[in-house]
Amino acid sequence: MNGLEKINADFATLFKDGREQLEAGCSAVMNGCREEAFEKFVQLGGIPQKTEAYSYADLVPVFDKDYRVVLKYIPQNVDMNEVFRCSVTNLVTHPILTVNGRWFDGNVEPELPEEVVICSLQEAGMRYPDLFLRHYNRYAPKADQDGLVALNTAFAQDGVFVYVPDEVVLERPLQIINLLRANADLMGFQRNLIVLGKHAQATVLVCDHTLSSQHFLMNNVTEIYLDSGARVDYCQVQNQYAGAAQINSLFVSEQRNSAFESNIVSLYGGFIRNNMYVSLNEEGGSCDLYGMYIPDKKQVVDNYSYIDHIAPNCTSNEHFKGVMDDSSLANFCGCIRVRPNAGKTVAYQANNNLLLSDTARINTKPQLVIDADDVKCSHGATVGQLDEEAMFYLRSRGIGREEAKMMMMFGFAHDIIRHVRLEPLREKIDDLIDKRLRGELSRCFHCTLPCRK
Amino acid sequence: MNDNIIEEVTGSEYKYGFVTNVETETIAKGLNEEVIRAISAKKEEPEWLLEFRLQAYRKWLTMKMPRWAQLTIPEIDYQDIVYYAAPKQKENKDWEEVDPELKATFDKLGIPLSEQMALSGVAVDAVMDSVSVKTTFKDTLAERGVIFCSFSEAVKNHPDLVRKYLGSVVPYTDNYFAALNSAVFSDGSFVYIPKGVRCPMELSTYFRINAQNTGQFERTLIVADEEAYVSYLEGCTAPMRDENQLHAAIVEIVIEKNAEVKYSTVQNWYPGDKDGKGGIYNFVTKRGICRGENARLIWAQVETGSAITWKYPSTILKGDGSVSEFYSVAVTNNYQQADTGTKMIHIGNNTRSRIVSKGISAGYSSNSYRGKVKVVKGCQNARNYSQCDSLLLGDKCGAHTFPYLEIENPTAQVEHEATTSRIGEDQIFYCNQRGISAEDAVGLIIKGYAGDVLNKMPMEFAVEAQKLLQISLEGSVG
Repeated sequence: MNGLEKINADFATLFKDGREQLEAGCSAVMNGCREEAFEKFVQLGGIPQKTEAYSYADLVPVFDKDYRVVLKYIPQNVDMNEVFRCSVTNLVTHPILTVNGRWFDGNVEPELPEEVVICSLQEAGMRYPDLFLRHYNRYAPKADQDGLVALNTAFAQDGVFVYVPDEVVLERPLQIINLLRANADLMGFQRNLIVLGKHAQATVLVCDHTLSSQHFLMNNVTEIYLDSGARVDYCQVQNQYAGAAQINSLFVSEQRNSAFESNIVSLYGGFIRNNMYVSLNEEGGSCDLYGMYIPDKKQVVDNYSYIDHIAPNCTSNEHFKGVMDDSSLANFCGCIRVRPNAGKTVAYQANNNLLLSDTARINTKPQLVIDADDVKCSHGATVGQLDEEAMFYLRSRGIGREEAKMMMMFGFAHDIIRHVRLEPLREKIDDLIDKRLRGELSRCFHCTLPCRK
Repeated sequence: MNDNIIEEVTGSEYKYGFVTNVETETIAKGLNEEVIRAISAKKEEPEWLLEFRLQAYRKWLTMKMPRWAQLTIPEIDYQDIVYYAAPKQKENKDWEEVDPELKATFDKLGIPLSEQMALSGVAVDAVMDSVSVKTTFKDTLAERGVIFCSFSEAVKNHPDLVRKYLGSVVPYTDNYFAALNSAVFSDGSFVYIPKGVRCPMELSTYFRINAQNTGQFERTLIVADEEAYVSYLEGCTAPMRDENQLHAAIVEIVIEKNAEVKYSTVQNWYPGDKDGKGGIYNFVTKRGICRGENARLIWAQVETGSAITWKYPSTILKGDGSVSEFYSVAVTNNYQQADTGTKMIHIGNNTRSRIVSKGISAGYSSNSYRGKVKVVKGCQNARNYSQCDSLLLGDKCGAHTFPYLEIENPTAQVEHEATTSRIGEDQIFYCNQRGISAEDAVGLIIKGYAGDVLNKMPMEFAVEAQKLLQISLEGSVG
C-alpha cells in the first residue's frame, strides 16, 4: 500500500470504528449526512490527487503524518481568553473562540439583540432543528468533485453557528478565533454555519492561530447563507505555525440583491488551501473576493475559487495578489462560470504575482466558462518583477534600492489590503505585511509562541 | 439584432462535402498487431519502423483516453475503423498518370495538381486517405536541396533523416492519440530545408478524407537546418457523412539555430450537419522545438471545421533567444466543440512567446481556449504575452478560457488577459447609422476581431480563410 492508499484506508477504518463517538452529541441532521458524504469521498478516490482542482497541490505530504483525530471534546484546563489575546488594538468585536475545531466551553456570551443566535454547531442542531435542517450541508455539496469537503461532512462534529434574523444589523464584528493547541499531532474537522435573514448585515472576522508547535491539519468547511438584501463582510487572517496545514472551504449562497465581500490574508502557515465557492442564485447579487498571500521558506499557499453566476444581473469581482520568496509555492485557480440564463453578468478576475527568489514558484489558472452571450467577463494574470521605471523614479529621488523595493512591494500588497473595511484591522495587517516583507517577525505582539523557529 | 439574418447565415452548406468515386484499396477493419504489420508491409517499411509502430501500439494499449478537455466525446470504437485506405493508382507518379478522378477531386477543392495550373509559388503534397497522391514542384525544390515529399517516400529515400527526427519532438509515449498515430500512421509530408536555404516557395499539404469508415492518421515532419526558412501550409476537407470519422495526426517540427518556420493551417474538416450529426473528430498533436539559438516558430491557424477539435500546437523554446508566436481563430457553429490552444515551454534564456487566440462561438457550440505557459527554473528573462478573446454569437453557445501559467523563475514576465463578450448593440447601431446593414456590420466587426490573426496568414491562405470565416458563420449572427 502506498502512502495515499493507507491514508484512505485509515479514514475508512476510523469512520467505521469511531462512528458511535463521532455521532455522540450531534443532531440527527448532522449524522444523517455522514454516510452519503463518506461514500462520496470513497467514490471520488479519497484524498484528491492530480484532479483538476488540486492539480498543483500535493496533499500526500500534508496528510501523511501521524495525526490523531480526537472524536470527543476534551475540556481545556486553561482559560483560552488568558492564553490568547488579540493584538489588534482598538478593534472592538464579539470574540468567539474555538479550540482544535470545537466550540470553546469558556466562551462568554456576547451581548446581542435578542433573536441573534451565536452558539456551537452541536447546540444549534439540537435547539433550532428547523433552521438547521434548512441550511446545514445545503451549500457544501456544491463542491461535488472535492473529496475533502465530503470528508469534512462525514467527520465534522462541531464549530460555530451564527444566525442573524431579518432586518438585524450587527454593529460589532464577530471575531471567530480558531486556536490550535495539543500535545500530539492533530487532525480536525471544523464546520461553521452562518445564516443571515433578509436585509441582515454582519461582519465576520476569522483569525487562525496555533498555540503549540505540533503538526496540525485542519480541514474546515464554512457555509454562509445570505437571504435577499443581506450583506456579509468576511475577513480571514491566516497566521499559523509552519507545521500547521489548513484546508478551508467556504461556501456562499447568495439570494436577491445580497452582497458578499471577503478578504483572505495568508500571512503564514505551512500549507494553506482556500476553497471559495460562491453561488449567485438570484438577480442583483454581488460578490467581491480579495486575497493576499506572501509565503516564504517552504510554505505552500493554494487559492481556489469558483464563482457560479446562475441568475442574470449579478456582478463578481475577484482580485488575488501574491509575493513569493525563498522556496515557497503559490497556486491560484479561479473559475468564473456563467450559466446559460445568467445574462447581463459582469465578472472580473485578476491575479498578480511577484517572484522574489530563484526557487519560488507560482502556478496560476484563471478560467472563464461562459454559456451566455450577453455578458462582460474578463480576466488577467501576470507574473513579473517590480517595475524598473518605477524603481528608477524612486531612486532618482534619493531612495535606496532596498527601501524602494520595500515601498513598491508594500504598495503592491496594499492594493488588496485597502479593501479591508475594519480600519484598526487594516492598519494591523498593513503593519504585519510591512514587517513580513522586511523579514522581521510578523507574529502578533503579545504572542509568546516560537512560530518562526 | 435580426433573427432572420441568423437563420440565413446558419443555413449554408459545407461545400467540400462531395465523395469521389475512386477505387480504393483498404484493409479490414480493426486494430491489432497484424493490422500494423500489414500497414507496414504495404508501405514496404524497414524493420526499425515496424518496431517503432509496435512499441507505440503496446504503449497505447496501456493508456486511457484522456477526459480533461471541455468536450463531450462519445465512445470511440477503435475496432470499427479502417486504418488503411488508398486510392488505387499506378506506381509511376507522373502527372499524366494520376487518376483523372483524383485530379478532378483536387481541382474541385481548388488544389490543382498540375504544375502549370498550380497556384504560383506553392508546392503541394496532396494526401487522400492514407496515401500521398502527388507532390508538385519536387524537382524545382530539389535544385535548392530542399526535400519535400510524402512520408513514405522519405522513409525509402532518406531513411537516416527520418530515423533521426521521427519521434524526437512528439515521442510515441506523449499522449493517447500520439501513441495511436505512431502505431498506425500511414502517410504525410516530409520537409527538410538544408543549411542556409530559404525555401523559394510556400510548401503545402492538402489532406482529404474520402473513403468511408476510415480514419486518417498522417504524420508530418519538418526539419529546418541552421539559417533555413520555410513557410508551410496545411489544409483539410472531408465528405459529408452521417457517421463520425477519426483524424489523429502528428506534426513534428525541428528548428535549428537562426532558422525560421511558419506553419499555417486552415482546418476545414466536415463539421457535421446542423443537428450535430456526423463530422470529423480532429485529435491532433502538433509540436515544434526551437533547438538552436534564435530559432523562430510561428503558428497561424484558422479552425472552422470538425465536429470535435482537440489540438494544441506547442513550442519548446530550448535555444537561447528563440521566439515563438501563436495566432489562432477558432470558429464553432451548430453543435461543434473545440478545445484548442497552445503550449509554450520556455527553457532557453531570453526566449519570447506571444499568443493571440480569438474564439468565435455560435449556435449550440462550445469553444474553449486551453493554453499553458511554462517557464522552467533555469530560464532567465523569458517573456510571454497571451491574449485570448472570445466572441459569443447567440445565447446557446459557450466560450471558455483555461490558461495555465507555471512560472519557476523570478526574471520571467508573463501576462495573460482574456475577455468574453458579444458584439455590442451599440457597435451594430453605429454601423447601421452609416448605412451598413446589420449583417455586413457583423461581418465587418468579425473581420476586425480576427484581423490580428488573419494578417499573419500567408497571402494565399488569408483570402481563403477570410471567406471560410464568412461561410462558417453565415446564419449564426444575431
